Amino acid sequence: MMHIDVNSVLRQTLSCELYSNLVTRPTGAAVRTQIEALLADSRERSLTVIDFSHVGMIDFSCADEVVAKLLLRYVAAEREDREAYFLFRGVNDDHWDAIETVLERHGLALVLETDDGARIVGMVNDGERVAWEKVYELGRACAGDLARALGSLPDDAARMLDALHRRRLLMRLGDGYIAVGGLGEAHA
Amino acid sequence: MTSVITVPPSLDDQTFEQVVEQLASVPRDAKLLVDARHTRWASPYGLTALLTLGQTRQERATFAAPDNEDTASYWARTGFFKHADELFDLTGSVPKGRGGESSVLLEITPVVKSEDVHEVVGRIQQKAQLILSKELNIDAKATVGFAMTLSEICQNIVEHAGRGGWVAVQTYTYRKRLANRRVVVIAVCDAGLGFRQSLESAPGRVRNDRWDDAAALEEAVIRGVSRFRDPGRGQGLAGVRRYIGRWDGKVSVRSGTAKIAIVPSWDDDVPLAEKLAPFPGSQVQVTIPERVSGGPR
Repeated sequence: MMHIDVNSVLRQTLSCELYSNLVTRPTGAAVRTQIEALLADSRERSLTVIDFSHVGMIDFSCADEVVAKLLLRYVAAEREDREAYFLFRGVNDDHWDAIETVLERHGLALVLETDDGARIVGMVNDGERVAWEKVYELGRACAGDLARALGSLPDDAARMLDALHRRRLLMRLGDGYIAVGGLGEAHA
Repeated sequence: MTSVITVPPSLDDQTFEQVVEQLASVPRDAKLLVDARHTRWASPYGLTALLTLGQTRQERATFAAPDNEDTASYWARTGFFKHADELFDLTGSVPKGRGGESSVLLEITPVVKSEDVHEVVGRIQQKAQLILSKELNIDAKATVGFAMTLSEICQNIVEHAGRGGWVAVQTYTYRKRLANRRVVVIAVCDAGLGFRQSLESAPGRVRNDRWDDAAALEEAVIRGVSRFRDPGRGQGLAGVRRYIGRWDGKVSVRSGTAKIAIVPSWDDDVPLAEKLAPFPGSQVQVTIPERVSGGPR
């Protein structure tokens, strides 16, 4: 698992110790480019922690560049050459307004690590949220497990697992699935 | 012959229109005297807009400073004369700025490049937190949204104006409109392309019959349209509007011959003013009022 401290990337990008805020679109684009360069060395399947713990604030333009475009490039694009998963850490209320806005704008979702574990946020419907939370709770689940847990048809459960996997909110391991931020981190 | 523009005694976003109206008939290359001798008060919008006026002149204009010592001294502390000196031939008594003005959250600061926005946001944060929570009774958490608002508006200059502008942030008391409530005001003014010309530069843009400065402002401010095709663009002003709504604030954007405003209940401005006297660029003002108990959150 790779860990990327966004504030460190910001400081390297700007070559300046004075700025701890993720503001302006050029800054966001530069930070994302640097993150992508770090990801270029990762394996075909990777889980990366994007850590905002030391970021002061982030504005809408920067959130669009750093969060939305990163997800669009690696997740929404359904790249065949690699499976990239992201777990977002250290996102506080000060960051959330901007991040939530860009997720809504692009119809994206991500997994946030919180003190209580992990949860999915952004554009997800109730069915996706319930299914993701059930897989997270089970630790590892196949379509049959999810169908039994939710009282749904196995085909419906399989389609839901596949949809959440395509959004890179669940990782597929063999015939089972593990929630990003769940027990599967160690296997990625 | 030198044309004389008289600056009103009290200069804000409303009365600056008197300056623009006088300016409308004066060619850009004409000799100009901007007479502020009898001006007693100016808002951040008034001061930054005066600087953009200086930017628009092909021939360097003359600027007569306020006669009133307190006024001139205050203008100096906001940094006005420091920047005006680069644009105008200054006449009258021009005091040196000494700083230390407590109501000035951010003295008049040029915004030309992305790094300037970092600088502005970095400088405002600590002081803004103090002012918002102590003076305006607003949750300290609102500071982040305030800094984001400032950042996004300043970025409009960097990304769209095509030339530099200025930003200033100040607190003062609204005696009439808000019965002595404190407000914090952000003013960001430039003399660049303006919204209509910026949107017209969008690739493949098809013009419709109703296309003017007002239509351009509606597209950009209300519908979040940007000249860039990137679907992630246009979120900045939408975010500003959301922040304003949350804190019962006001935002107004003037560009070309129109002005659009998100008007709260405490203000009587019109939502859209058209056919104003033309003035280049964009002039934005954000006003956040002191929160009274039981007020919006």
